[in-house]
Amino acid sequence: MTNYSMKNGAISSSVPWIISAVILIILPFIFTGGGSITIMNQIGITIVLAMSYNMLLGQGGMLSFGHAVYMGIGGFVAVHVMNIVENEYLWLPLPLLPLVGGLVGLGFATIIGSFSTRKAGTVFAMISLGIGELIAACCIIITVFFGGEEGISGDRTMAPPTFGIEFITQKEVYFLIAFWVLLSTFCMYLFTQTPVGKMANAVRDNPERAEFVGYSMRWVRYVSFCAAGFFAGIAGALFAINYEILTEQNLNLNMSFQVLLATYIGGVGFFLGPVFGAILFTLLQTVIGLQTDLWALYTGIVFILMVMFLPTGLTGLFAMHLIPLQLGRFGLLIKPYSKIFLPGLVFLLGTIALIELINHVRHHGEEQFMTLFWIEFDTRAFLPWILFSLMTIVGFYLSRIFAREVAEAWGEATYIEGERR
Amino acid sequence: MDLFVINIIDGLIYGLLLFMLSSGLTLIFSMMGVLNLSHAAFYMLGAYLAYQISVITGFWVGLIVAPILVTILGAGVERYGLRRVHQYGHVPELIFTFGLFFVIEELVQYIWGRSMVNYSSPESLDFIAFSLAGGTIPAYKVFMLLISVGIFVALYYVLARTRIGMIIQAALSYPKTVEALGHNVPLVFMGVFGVGTGLAGLAGVIAGPSLTTFPGMAFLLGSIVFVCVVVGGLGSLSGAFIASLLIGWLQTFAASYNVGAADILIAMGYEFPKDVYYHPWRDLWTLTLPQIGPILPYILLILVLVFKPNGLFGKRET
Amino acid sequence: MAVDALKLDNVTKNFSGTEIIRGLNLSVAKDERHAVIGPNGAGKSTAYNLITGRYQVSSGKVFLNGEDITNLQPYEVKRKGLSRSFQITNIFPKMSVFENVRCSLLWAMGYKYSFWHMVGSQSKLNNDAEEIIEELNLKDRRNTLAGVLSYAEQRALEIGITIAGGSEVILLDEPTAGMSVSETEYIVGLIRKVTEGKTLLVVEHDMGVVFDLADRISVLVYGEIIATGTPTEVKENQAVQEAYLGAAMEEH
Repeated sequence: MTNYSMKNGAISSSVPWIISAVILIILPFIFTGGGSITIMNQIGITIVLAMSYNMLLGQGGMLSFGHAVYMGIGGFVAVHVMNIVENEYLWLPLPLLPLVGGLVGLGFATIIGSFSTRKAGTVFAMISLGIGELIAACCIIITVFFGGEEGISGDRTMAPPTFGIEFITQKEVYFLIAFWVLLSTFCMYLFTQTPVGKMANAVRDNPERAEFVGYSMRWVRYVSFCAAGFFAGIAGALFAINYEILTEQNLNLNMSFQVLLATYIGGVGFFLGPVFGAILFTLLQTVIGLQTDLWALYTGIVFILMVMFLPTGLTGLFAMHLIPLQLGRFGLLIKPYSKIFLPGLVFLLGTIALIELINHVRHHGEEQFMTLFWIEFDTRAFLPWILFSLMTIVGFYLSRIFAREVAEAWGEATYIEGERR
Repeated sequence: MDLFVINIIDGLIYGLLLFMLSSGLTLIFSMMGVLNLSHAAFYMLGAYLAYQISVITGFWVGLIVAPILVTILGAGVERYGLRRVHQYGHVPELIFTFGLFFVIEELVQYIWGRSMVNYSSPESLDFIAFSLAGGTIPAYKVFMLLISVGIFVALYYVLARTRIGMIIQAALSYPKTVEALGHNVPLVFMGVFGVGTGLAGLAGVIAGPSLTTFPGMAFLLGSIVFVCVVVGGLGSLSGAFIASLLIGWLQTFAASYNVGAADILIAMGYEFPKDVYYHPWRDLWTLTLPQIGPILPYILLILVLVFKPNGLFGKRET
Repeated sequence: MAVDALKLDNVTKNFSGTEIIRGLNLSVAKDERHAVIGPNGAGKSTAYNLITGRYQVSSGKVFLNGEDITNLQPYEVKRKGLSRSFQITNIFPKMSVFENVRCSLLWAMGYKYSFWHMVGSQSKLNNDAEEIIEELNLKDRRNTLAGVLSYAEQRALEIGITIAGGSEVILLDEPTAGMSVSETEYIVGLIRKVTEGKTLLVVEHDMGVVFDLADRISVLVYGEIIATGTPTEVKENQAVQEAYLGAAMEEH
């Protein structure tokens, strides 16, 4: 930070990017299954989308309820372009398609942002909601462009081959996505280091003061908004390439909520927060989604709890622990943490088991047996009910007792004299 | 002409239903400064709870008990959820209520399943109140109208004639002063949030049998209600009232007059294309008024926010 | 006669019918240190808000170095070379002290809405920011989030944000409000240092500070200037003593 001589700075700051690139290249050779590559592709797309969303919420203080629209529009146009390329009206190698999506997202954001960024807060949020609903409703009406309820589909393999690659396998698509994820992340990082990126933070923190240092808050927001639209459009084109189909579901309110959820769980206050959020969210969605049909309920509850108790997100949780680490008092935390771990786990398992059990009895009551955590049991016997209830109650009670110890130890471990907390 | 009268009545019923939601939303926003995005979810909860109660005891007990339950739930959400988030600022509050909407939606599906439930109007109201040539008005709709008007009158009375109403009115215009006067603000917040969501619950109870009770009902009405309060001007009760009626009629009329873009285009001298389903402008040619009815409120919302960011009747900066 | 750095010509402001500022005339010469005093509710902060474009004036004109700046947007006023601080601390709480100061320099150094410069590699920008932090005595707080600084440090940073970017005319709003004696000394010393060679207009309640700092003083009572002059002149002015100063002087 303190080093302004560009040479050293460039070398030391390029290290994380090189490491990331190496990891991205190695990953598909570690997780070789077709399923895991599909998940990684999905994660990559979500990363770009969540990071672009964080340009608004985390860095610019703009709460949007319609961010999926910019991804969706970029994606729809990308599919149309794919079809045009297939019919040979246009020559465009597939790896350049995300740029098209990005420009479309940028163009759309330029129009919408021209009036929506005038104010932040509730007005901005409501306009974004209105635009989101409007476009989602238009999907059904304007079938020429959106394809109605079935959406529109294309074929990525019909584009002119790039260095002999036709992007038939998932793995080839993976490298295309990985390249764009790295490039977009890098560009978004650079954006945070520019004057307008810095001022976006200032406007988020204190819009009025930002005006008194010479910046129009509206213009600062507008620039951030357009940039966010650009990267969302890239995510949309990546989606189009990966799935070869786009429907109304990719840009409706539900999708926008998922973007918010992924970003928030990761931590909006941190540049890399959305990356962790996107990874975790996609894993939850795909892995837990296979195990239970209640995954949306679980993620919703986790989300609400995080808004209440951990507004800085998961990255914030890690960052919080840097303070006791720096102060050399991390040891104080180990004992209370290990004490609360077991009761916490018991409480969690008990609650989930109860929820699943009730769900089974209510909606699949005709089947007497159910399997949970790889154990099959009789839902009509008393034992599981009593066991799960006991686990929940005892686990909760013990956790509460130990939580006090954690809080005390935490206060002691992070105490710094002379700073307001 | 008869269709027109029936639409006027239908639109009025729908508009008053919207007002039952938007009035609560406005009160909550005025007092607490937070737009409760989960408002329509409480509307849905009201319908489902009333359904559950009606299965056991019949419609009339549900009509009384379900709104009370929703009020208690709403107050609980404020006390144990929103109050905590309040310290982080307005944006997290909005995020909280937005998340709550989806959690309640999931909870409802968890408890009552993903398809619609058979919540119907009581048999004692299963007759046709009066008929006009070509259309009829069922007694249940008259009942809905009476309840809505009753709520409207009661709300007016409380706000204009009682002490608590004075405080709330004062808070609409000068929220900080009211706080400074030493009213128990947390308790007032909890009460207002409870009553506001309770009103939404009542709307759900009476709308459930008529508009069907299914997990998508909150989503369907929710965004329209936001349009009402924003178009009317955030924090303005009379604005919310006028906007609710306006949108009620707008949607009702748009749904029932089957004017097609084709008629207009032909009248303008264009020729109807032979094979319309392969025509590049096919969407324009097949466009009808009922089709664009659902998006009219959003267009209105965006126009109002662009040209009059404080809403049609709003005074407060949003 | 040289053009005044800041001139208010018969400025009025009414809020829904109530006149808060009633024909305010004020001239601040170049390089002058001018203080505005007056009882609570006299309209001092309102006057600042009118000058800097936070409020729209109802009538009258505001001139900066002879140029009409009436009803410009706050950011336009700042770009013309007028910068202000706030009575209630108004900083960027979630950014570090260094970022606070650096952001305040950006526009003045010509970066505007650039998204092609990397601020980290702009050595003049960073060096200037470091210098200001050094002047503020906040060097060891450089990387601390502004929101967790002590009150006096936040007030110092507030002044730092105001003077960064080298505005010629500086408006300070009660810079020592709510401070202990030693903290007040630190801030007054700081003001003296950083406003060297600049035009300063300061609203202040602490008469010790006012008489110590100001070349000339204007007394604002009920939206009007009732007297202007050197500290001694103002002290001896009959009207001022009756309206305001007598009571205040007894307190001190």
